[in-house]
Amino acid sequence: MADDMKAPNEDRTFTLNFGPQHPAAHGVLRMVMDLDGEIVDRIDCHIGLLHRGTEKLLEYKTYLQGLPYFDRLHYSAPMNQEHAWCLAIEKMLGIEVPRRASFIRVLYSEIGRILEHLLNVGTFILDAGALTPITWAFEQREILMGFYERASGARLHAAYFRPGGVHQDLPQDLIDDIMTFCEQFPKAMEDFEGLITENRIFKQRNVNIGFVDEKTIMDYAFTGPMVRGSGLAWDLRRSQPYEIYSEIPQDVFPVIIGKNGDNYDRYVVRMEEMQVSNNIMKWCIENMPKGPVMAENSKVAPPRRGEMKRSMEALIHHFKLYTEGFHVPAGEVYAAVEAPAGEFGVYLVADGTNRPYRVKLRAPSFAHLAAMDHMCKGHQLADTSTILGSLDIVFGEVDR
Amino acid sequence: MSEQVEALNELGDHIASQMPDAVRKFEIAYGELTLFAERDQIIALVEFLKRDALCMFEMMIDVCGVDYPERSQRFEVVYHFLSMRMNQRIRVKVSTDEETAVPSIVELHPSANWFEREAFDMYGIRFAGHPDMRRILTDYGFEGYPLRKDFPLTGYTEVRYDDLEKRIVHEPVALTQEYRNFDFLSPWEGMTSVIPGDEKAGETTDGEGA
Repeated sequence: MADDMKAPNEDRTFTLNFGPQHPAAHGVLRMVMDLDGEIVDRIDCHIGLLHRGTEKLLEYKTYLQGLPYFDRLHYSAPMNQEHAWCLAIEKMLGIEVPRRASFIRVLYSEIGRILEHLLNVGTFILDAGALTPITWAFEQREILMGFYERASGARLHAAYFRPGGVHQDLPQDLIDDIMTFCEQFPKAMEDFEGLITENRIFKQRNVNIGFVDEKTIMDYAFTGPMVRGSGLAWDLRRSQPYEIYSEIPQDVFPVIIGKNGDNYDRYVVRMEEMQVSNNIMKWCIENMPKGPVMAENSKVAPPRRGEMKRSMEALIHHFKLYTEGFHVPAGEVYAAVEAPAGEFGVYLVADGTNRPYRVKLRAPSFAHLAAMDHMCKGHQLADTSTILGSLDIVFGEVDR
Repeated sequence: MSEQVEALNELGDHIASQMPDAVRKFEIAYGELTLFAERDQIIALVEFLKRDALCMFEMMIDVCGVDYPERSQRFEVVYHFLSMRMNQRIRVKVSTDEETAVPSIVELHPSANWFEREAFDMYGIRFAGHPDMRRILTDYGFEGYPLRKDFPLTGYTEVRYDDLEKRIVHEPVALTQEYRNFDFLSPWEGMTSVIPGDEKAGETTDGEGA
């Protein structure tokens, strides 16, 4: 590892292997670092240790069978990924999602955002050396995952958003419980912030570290909190709105921006965004209309149970949808959502059959991690782990 | 919606008129603008898209390959650009084959670095002038290009830890059961050709006649 035995005037650059089994590697990242003393000279990221060939698998599955793979990409906010897939399919099929389904999707996307930010902020602080906050964050995450489970039956691999709407309606007591959560969440966040935000050590390690300017953002295709931390008000939910985001009033959903573009600002942006997400969730619950949660299009959406018991046609549709699946007209679309980490895009090429011809998943973490070398150059070795933490890397998504 | 298409049309016209050598044609579908570009002109085109005051596509969102084995130029390289200033997206496509390299746009957009490496890793598409062309997602020492249409879903080799040799061993894939790739298309709507047994219908009539 080190060649300290060399004479002092000799070349002191040495190479260090960081990961893949390192607690601060956020999964399975291997970085080969060239160090000059304690200053980072170059970082070579070796990724792909979690590569499962999702894009290849999707080409062999029907559109609906492919959906659960999206839970396994950014596994701390599964539904946000499903959302992009559903939007891409809906764009091609030209189906309208019922209003109630749109509200439910936004509600659960924001739950996903809080889930992800809690995980990120928790582990980020853990990387910086504070052990307690992550347990407080996970306490809240646990409650939210309970809501995932009560809606979809699974804490993580939800498969809840479906092309045409969501799989099932939410029962009223679940909605009430989410509201109760929203009431107590700001207090929990306040406690959480009390631990960290003004903490001297945390500030020393993060203020003015991992600085991102506008050129870096453009050059390295940053999106999400990485952009907003640097003061650019770019949020796909506002600038290219989908679902009902355009209807949410400005005071409920302002775009949170930072000022300095360092690690600390990105942390603050994420903390604030959780509060905003909480407000959006409240707004959704207060304004949620009654009605169906799945498009009334029997060629895409499955029939209701009750219908199936009586109608022959519904039974046939059900059978056809779950064996052959629906056909998507030939063509190509790119659909993107504002996932917690940034822009998650699906480039879908369809050939008119029941399976996609090609799917490219554009993961925000992949682009962010690619800038690791650029961002860490000239920083101390100890800063790399906090910079990595502030990038919000999830390996399911980087490696796909 | 139509206003949006109108704007895209104008933008497409503008780019096509300014860069006539680079843009073969453009298309608007599902409210998205696609440029079909000449391979050797791609750098000039991307630079134009980045600098032109009406385009300002400063962010390179994605590069990916698509495989069409039946074409003579079997690969398409698809670029997605985003302009935060104009709040606009654009897709640029070029075609290539296994041998011909596509000029790399890393100089203009450093974000293309990993995306081009991924396209190389998955399809074997070559990018000329890329500073660091290595595989990125597949294993060290991996052979073949997994996302090509002629690459089987199961791959060719599997790995396991050999307890006797105390190391990871690579072996040819041995499936205990064939991969079940159901073809749901044929029996329902693809019933255009001869149904098995149809040929007998004629024979019987002939038999009766004789």
